[in-house]
Amino acid sequence: MINEFAIANASISSQNCIRKTRKGKIKITSKSTKEYVIKLTILILLVLTVCAFLSFDYKNIDLAKAISETWSNVKVLLGEPKLSYSTLPNVFKALWITFSLGILSTISGAVIGILGALLCAKNIANHIIANIIKSFVAFIRAFPTILWVLIFTVAAGLGSVAAVVGLTFHSAGYLIKAYAESMEEIDGGAIEALKSSGAGFWQIAFQAVLPSSISRMVAWTFLRFEINFINALAVGAAAGAGGIGYDLWMAGNFYFDLSELGFITYITVFSVIILEIVATQVKINVR
Amino acid sequence: MLVEKMNINNHLQKDNRSQKQISIFIKRKRIFLITFLIVIVLYAAASIATNYDAIKGLASIPKAIVWITKNLIPNEKSWERLPKILSKLIESSLLSVAVTVCAAACAFPFSLLGTRTVKVNLWIARIVRITAAFFRNVPSVVWAILLLFSFGQNILTGFLALFFTTFGMLTRAFIESIDEVSSNCVEALNAAGATSLQTVFHGIIPSSMPQLVSWILYMIELNIRDSTLIGLLTATGIGAMFDLYYKRMDYGSASLVVIFIVILVIGIELISNKIRKVIM
Repeated sequence: MINEFAIANASISSQNCIRKTRKGKIKITSKSTKEYVIKLTILILLVLTVCAFLSFDYKNIDLAKAISETWSNVKVLLGEPKLSYSTLPNVFKALWITFSLGILSTISGAVIGILGALLCAKNIANHIIANIIKSFVAFIRAFPTILWVLIFTVAAGLGSVAAVVGLTFHSAGYLIKAYAESMEEIDGGAIEALKSSGAGFWQIAFQAVLPSSISRMVAWTFLRFEINFINALAVGAAAGAGGIGYDLWMAGNFYFDLSELGFITYITVFSVIILEIVATQVKINVR
Repeated sequence: MLVEKMNINNHLQKDNRSQKQISIFIKRKRIFLITFLIVIVLYAAASIATNYDAIKGLASIPKAIVWITKNLIPNEKSWERLPKILSKLIESSLLSVAVTVCAAACAFPFSLLGTRTVKVNLWIARIVRITAAFFRNVPSVVWAILLLFSFGQNILTGFLALFFTTFGMLTRAFIESIDEVSSNCVEALNAAGATSLQTVFHGIIPSSMPQLVSWILYMIELNIRDSTLIGLLTATGIGAMFDLYYKRMDYGSASLVVIFIVILVIGIELISNKIRKVIM
């Protein structure tokens, strides 16, 4: 009974009728390209995984010992958080610096993102310019953020400028794509009405496109802010801009102090969770 | 008399309506102004906290472009290093595929316990969601630093650091897509009296597979980019190669590394977009 139901369900979803073999049996498996591609993708990924594990250079690591050591480290890290090298005000100051790096790069990224998205949203922009910008943005997004930051540390010197500009590059690329997609989702009627009454590009952009896509754009911006905060953690330390990532790195690689690392980890995790809750609330409320 | 009154009433209504419309525009303007001010204040406060100078930031972009065109160009010496770079690149991409596949294999059964459609137990579902949130929100940098203590500069350090974050993210993504896609067919199967295992194998897996595969492909893309950063910290893979050449000021070889990373990422994005177009 159940099996029959599942079979019917499966075949309805694929072809809207029950397919039978020559003998009159109902075919259980469907052979659509979709399922074939899914199976092939999974198979290739599994083969690659096996290849990966066979090709890794493990350097004769003693796995059991490493795991038990890590486990005891985790117990210290999460069980006995304590500050010994830094003070609480300093940690919060560092947190604020990382937060600021996130704010600066998100705001700059959002401003560039709006301008870029207006130029490459399919429903209002020139198609040739849109394609050029879209491929350029895909190119920028392909660079890992850390590479942008390292490149800018040479050009602009160590400090917050390199961190912010490096982070901005990737977030602008991400936000241009996200904003353009939310602009493409809006109802075409408003644009058509404005076009027929002779409105220009900027009038269409500010009277029709931005007001109706702004809520989705706000949600995307908050999501990106959360990502930028996590990136700023790593990047701040690499670019010499300071922040909580630097404290983490010092506690872990310089003082070898697990308790301090644990304390800073707790603070980081709490702030990321708060940011995530805010981002989710914004996403729910603006819809 | 009566007609006059009605007329006046009509006028009043019209007036009210136009006033309301104006007030919407004023309200919109006010909201816009307030957000604009908040953004500027935040920007200023953040600039002060980090000693950031917007003008210097803008000025650094042309400087960086000039520097890139002068230095970040592969030279003859760097082409000799190509085999080594390629082997590290393959190592990094295999690593990110392996991480994502393993994390997905662990996250799928785990996410089934957290979905609303399967309804295992309210408390178990809550615990699953909290665990996923924990793994997702501990940055992979923290995992890398922690694992460096006992695993040393080993490829397993990078593997595990990426694994934990990927596991957290995939669990959440899987829960959401299963809840979104499978609720109808699970309801139908439940009504027919299917056991929970039957529901999973005949309802959830077939109906949500395209979404799950799409998420896995996306995470592979993300992990290749992240593995550069983790590689810097754990001295493995392509990230370490870049770091090595960069610190030696062998910018030609470093640029070759960057070029191949970009080609790899764009290639994977194109392939996964093609797959997504077919399966979704």
